[in-house]
Amino acid sequence: MMADSGPKDVAVIGNTELTSAELDNNIKNTMVEIEKGTSLLRKMEISVAEAEKRTGKNTVNMQEMYTVYLIETRPVDALTEGITPDSLWRRYSEFELLRNYLLVTYPFVVVAPLPEKRAEIVWHKLSADNMDPDFVERRRVGLENFLHRVASHPVLCNDNIFYIFLTEDKDWKEMVYETGFQAKADSRLKAVNAAFRVKNPDGRFTELKHYSDELQTVLSQLLRVRARVADRLYGVYKVHGNYGRVFSEWSAIEKEMGDGLQSAGHHMDAYAASVDDILEEEEHYADQLKEYLFYTDALRAVCRKHELTQFELEMVALDLACKKQQKEELVTGTVRTFSLKGMTSKLFGQETAEQREAKLQVLEQQLKEGEEAVKEKNTESDEFVKTAWVDIERFKDQKDRDLKEALISYAVMQISMCKKGIQVWTNAKECFNKM
Amino acid sequence: MSRTIDAVVSPTQTNTIPADISGHMLDLDEDDDLEVFSKDSTLADGNMFNASMPTSPGSMVNQCKFEEDEESDSKDIFITVDNPESHVTAIETFITYRVLTKTTRSEFDNSEYEVRRRYQDFLWLKGKLEDAHSTLIVHPLPEKFVVKGMVERFSGDFIETRRKALHKFLTRVADHPILSCSEDFKVFLSAQAWELTTYKKQGPGFLSRMGETVRAVANSVRGVKNRPEEFTAIQEYVEDFSNKIGSLDKVTQRIVKEQKEYLEELKEYGPTYTLWSGSEEELAEQLKGVAGCIERCCKETEEQVGHLSDTLVPVLHEYVLCAETLKAVLRRRDNIQAEFEAKNEALATKKVDRDAESSDLGFVWGSLLGKNPEEARHQRQERLDGEIEELKEEIDKLEDRVEWANNALKGDWGRWQRSMRGDLKSAFLSTAEKNVDYYEKCLAVWETFLLSQRTEPSEETDRDNTP
Repeated sequence: MMADSGPKDVAVIGNTELTSAELDNNIKNTMVEIEKGTSLLRKMEISVAEAEKRTGKNTVNMQEMYTVYLIETRPVDALTEGITPDSLWRRYSEFELLRNYLLVTYPFVVVAPLPEKRAEIVWHKLSADNMDPDFVERRRVGLENFLHRVASHPVLCNDNIFYIFLTEDKDWKEMVYETGFQAKADSRLKAVNAAFRVKNPDGRFTELKHYSDELQTVLSQLLRVRARVADRLYGVYKVHGNYGRVFSEWSAIEKEMGDGLQSAGHHMDAYAASVDDILEEEEHYADQLKEYLFYTDALRAVCRKHELTQFELEMVALDLACKKQQKEELVTGTVRTFSLKGMTSKLFGQETAEQREAKLQVLEQQLKEGEEAVKEKNTESDEFVKTAWVDIERFKDQKDRDLKEALISYAVMQISMCKKGIQVWTNAKECFNKM
Repeated sequence: MSRTIDAVVSPTQTNTIPADISGHMLDLDEDDDLEVFSKDSTLADGNMFNASMPTSPGSMVNQCKFEEDEESDSKDIFITVDNPESHVTAIETFITYRVLTKTTRSEFDNSEYEVRRRYQDFLWLKGKLEDAHSTLIVHPLPEKFVVKGMVERFSGDFIETRRKALHKFLTRVADHPILSCSEDFKVFLSAQAWELTTYKKQGPGFLSRMGETVRAVANSVRGVKNRPEEFTAIQEYVEDFSNKIGSLDKVTQRIVKEQKEYLEELKEYGPTYTLWSGSEEELAEQLKGVAGCIERCCKETEEQVGHLSDTLVPVLHEYVLCAETLKAVLRRRDNIQAEFEAKNEALATKKVDRDAESSDLGFVWGSLLGKNPEEARHQRQERLDGEIEELKEEIDKLEDRVEWANNALKGDWGRWQRSMRGDLKSAFLSTAEKNVDYYEKCLAVWETFLLSQRTEPSEETDRDNTP
């Protein structure tokens, strides 16, 4: 189940004159290109086209407002023929359900994260309100990205529940529940317990856990600082707008300087206004980083699963070892370890030969079962490690590619901002010269 | 009644100023200095003259632009203010500045002077200049105290800012055709500390100054009745200008504040990329690259803010003070006119008095005392006539004073406007240039980074093709 290797030629970076939208599109197409070796996205175009507000009754029968998203699908070759796509509406909670199902059903996969439920780490201008249209729009993009990630995953794309999520309106929820995935979910308590008590986890997973913790810390910090920087930049640009106003008023009382001042004022207004676009572009960059921030949860989930399987294996192995020892004691009649049974038998007399024989039989049976269990668990664990590590490598490659692109696009944004600045101040300089 | 004024002598000034040198002006038409000023298209007529030559107020209206060009050959006096030193005495601590003068002017005995002056001395000089030329526009001094902000009186930045402003003040005085001829100015530049102290003690005493202040207050309370239209226009302009420049000052200071806060956050931003690079393998180089770019942009931002603080902020602040100076000058001009009007009214009253029928109390009183009514009336007439003559003389003087004050102001007004335009234009120009430079430098930083990234993808695709 190796992921289809070989990204096709990365036909992306032409020149710096690309707008950010084009760059975004380029990046998306590149990723699609790369993942085209895998199934679903090659066959099907998926998009989250729109968002709409609805009202309805929630689980406690109260009226509430929520947003639904339109999922459109269409076979790829239909593009040229102009066939209208199939579509259905889904709520964010349904996306969550889908993801939880995938997490439980494919515990060895690093499952792509959903966009934020609530807007956190935003700079002041952006609303943290879930109903805010900008937030809804960014979430729409995030949900589309999620679907693309899943649809291009070599394992997940084949999942039937996922396919039905995209294509079938009715009864999807029932179908998901029918899979009984919730029963398969490991309890959090079990996982934490295992994490503490596991003795020999695979070193690579321990390392991965540390990495995902580090990445989460550093990305959180980076995003917070970036938001503060954006805030301040906004302030600087906007205050220049006051120059526009004052220059304009001042030009009214000056004869010689009037024209120069007036036009300089206009440029100051333009400068102040330009920051809105600049920061909107940067928000896309922040969203790309946020996706990987949230990915760290998925990484940790895989590590936890490994710890759990490993722990269970160790438990079973321990149990087997215990039983073996018991058998030995029974056979040789020696009591090497202190046990209540041993004590009581000493006190209250030895067992009869028949009793011992019966016990031995039971133990033999248990030993056989134990060995089976260990073999099973071993296979399970090995299988898990193998498949998980394949997906982790896939994830690492994806992450390196994506973040490299993101950093490049960040540089491009900075360049664009500098060019705008040069233009505005050169124009202003011309105006001042005329004063 | 118009008067030709031949000498630039303020009625209250006692020092000497060369008489009208209009004869010299004809020579200057062939002067090399013409080149310096020829690019000024705002000249009213062809009257050009050396910046340091004093002229009569009438021709001041046609002054040409004074450039701050230090290399200009037309300047014959160069002043620097530097080397602040702190002095500690039993009573106080204060700073003195070294004032260096190099000059070829004949009224100075030497060609070079080096003295130390403290802020109080500058204040004294400004006061003297304003007293002597109440309607000339004297460039403002930096403020006595800093009202807002916890700026220590002796902090490096504060001293440096003040030093520059003091230098500007002296340079402006030196450039002024009338003010630079002031004896007080000469003494300020050349006298040793003790000499200056002695010199300061001369001049009108405290009481006479008090008397002048009282008169000024009385006049300002009275108000001027027939202000010429042009001065009302100037006053309206000054009001508006004062508002605008005040706003610009505030806006610029706000920008500096925001920019500094931006810089603070930016300084924390770069290191997060470095921190991140520690956890990555493939991305490490790139992340460090981004961190480096942000760091370099930080340096550029720091420089840009510095430039703003050094270049634009002080100039705007200066002109905020200028606006206040202008208001004061206009008030003083008004007071001079008010005084003249008051005396005129007094004269009219006296005349009415004299021509009135002598049925006044004085006559009654006189007759009670046994005076001959004819004689009393005659005495009264004589007295009033005398007073009227006195008044007329005073009024003549005051009228001269008003005309002189008006002309001085008119002349200096044009000159001030040109300086203002020049100063503000150059300050804004410099700021715009610096901002262009700032963005160009940041652009280069990011483009270099981008270039380094784009050479790599070709290696990438090779690597990824191996299974």
